[in-house]
Amino acid sequence: MKYTKRFDGRKFEEVRPMDAKVGVVKNALGSAMFKIGKTVAIAAVYGPRDLFPKHLQNPGKGVLRCNYNMMAFSGSGDRVRPGPSRRSKEIAMVTQNALAPALDLSPFPKTVVDVFVELIQTDAGTRCAGICAASMALADAGFKMKDLVCAVSGGVVGGTPVVDVDYAEESYEGGSVDIPVAVMPRNGEVTLLQLDGEVPKEEFHKAVELARKACDKIYEIQRKALKAKYSQEATK
Amino acid sequence: MITKQYMKSLLDKGTRLDGRNFDEYRQLAEIEYGVSPKSAEGSARVKIGDTEVIAGVKIDTGTPYPDRPDEGTIMVNVELLPLSSPHFESGPPSIDSIELARVTDRGIRESDAIDFKKLCITAGEKIWMVFIDIYPVNADGNLFDAAALAAIAAVKDAKFPELDKDGNVDFKNRSDKGLPLSKTPVSCTVWKLGDKFLVDPTVDEEKLADARLTTVFTEKGDICAMQKGKSEALLSGDLKIMVDLSEKKTLELRKLLK
Repeated sequence: MKYTKRFDGRKFEEVRPMDAKVGVVKNALGSAMFKIGKTVAIAAVYGPRDLFPKHLQNPGKGVLRCNYNMMAFSGSGDRVRPGPSRRSKEIAMVTQNALAPALDLSPFPKTVVDVFVELIQTDAGTRCAGICAASMALADAGFKMKDLVCAVSGGVVGGTPVVDVDYAEESYEGGSVDIPVAVMPRNGEVTLLQLDGEVPKEEFHKAVELARKACDKIYEIQRKALKAKYSQEATK
Repeated sequence: MITKQYMKSLLDKGTRLDGRNFDEYRQLAEIEYGVSPKSAEGSARVKIGDTEVIAGVKIDTGTPYPDRPDEGTIMVNVELLPLSSPHFESGPPSIDSIELARVTDRGIRESDAIDFKKLCITAGEKIWMVFIDIYPVNADGNLFDAAALAAIAAVKDAKFPELDKDGNVDFKNRSDKGLPLSKTPVSCTVWKLGDKFLVDPTVDEEKLADARLTTVFTEKGDICAMQKGKSEALLSGDLKIMVDLSEKKTLELRKLLK
C-alpha cells in the first residue's frame, strides 16, 4: 500500500508547525519549551551541582544526567503510569548521548548537570522534541556548547520517505518506519540515530536526508527563540 | 539564607520580604484551560506569582470497588517534578507530594462536588474512573492553593471520551459531556509565622512558618476539607482567624474559575 498523500496534508519533506520559547521555568538555570505539531516538551537545567554517590563523579569534567518523563495525562490513549519505565529510561539515555557531544563540561569537574525533560502532550516525536528543548535549555543556562542539537524523526510510511512522523502515520497499516535523528547542524555530526521497522537501504538514506534538512529549519526556530529572550533582556 | 529572626522583624513592621500585605496574593494570572487538549480529557494551568502548576484529567473505564458497586472513582496524584525546583529529587513520591495529593483529593471528594453515582456505567461491572494528575512546572511556594485550583479547573475542563460499540473507551473521540459536577470547592491555606497569619507564602516563608491550615470551601460557604500542617500547635484563638481569612481569600480565588 503506497502512501501517496499525508494524512494531515503536509508535503513529504514538511515538518509540522513548530513553536519554541526560552525561559519557561524560572527556578532553573536554563529552560525551554519546544512544540512540534501537537507534541509539547519542556526542559529545565539545574547545576553544575555536587554529585553523589561519589563514584559517579568524573575528576576531569562535569557529568551530564538526563531525565525523560511523560506527564500521566499526556499519552495518546490510556493514562501513563507515573514513574520511570524501561522506555523512559532508554529515552533518557539516548537523550543524554545526543546532547553530550555538543556540551563542554570540562570547567566543572566532579559535578553533575541535570536536564529534566517533561512531555505535556504527545503526538509522536517526543524524544526529538525533548532533545530540541533540552539543547535550548542548556544554551539558555550559558554552558559552553559546540552547537545546538536539533532532532526530528525521519520515516518511511507505506514505502514513502517522509519527515516528522506523527502518531497517525506511526500506526499506518501499510507499514511505518520511524527513524529519530539528532544532528549538530554546523558540522552535520549525528548524535542520535534509532530505527524501528523494516526498510530498504535507499529509503533509509532518503529519510535521514529529509530529517537532516528539516533540522536546519528547527535550528532557525531554536536560535530565534534564544535570541528573543536575550534581546528582550538587553532592551530592559 | 533568611533567618527567622529577620523574617519576624519584618512581619512585626507589618510587611513581608516582597512588600506584600499579610492577606495579599502574588499576581494571579488568568487560568489557562486545555493545555493538553489532544491527550488529556481535561487540563488547566494555574499561575500564582512565579508558581506554575499544570493539572490534567484522564477518564477511563474500570471495575467498581466491591463495597461501592454503583459508584465511579476519582484519584488525585501529585508529582513534585525535579524540573520545577532544585529542592525536589527524583525517586518514589515524597511525603510532601503525598500530602498535597491527598488534601487536594479530599477537597474534591468530600465536597461531593462529583456525583460518583453518575460515574457508574453498569452497577457492579463497569464505572468511570477519573484520574487527576498534578505537576508543578515552577515551584515557588503555595503549591497547596495552586494545585487545588488547577485540579478543579481541569475537572471543569474535562469531557468524557466516547465508548465504542464494544463498550471500550475510544480516546480519539470525545463527547461534549462534562463531568457530573454540582459544586466548586476552592482551597486557601493560611500560614502562621510567630503570631502573624499569611496567605500565599514564598518558599522562604513556608520554610520558616510554624504551622499552616488548609481549608476548602464550597460556594455556599461550607467547609468540606481541612488539614493542619507543620509541627507547631495552633492556639485556640487561631482557628477562627485562620478560617475567616481563608474564606475571604477563597472568594477571590473563585472568581478566577470559569
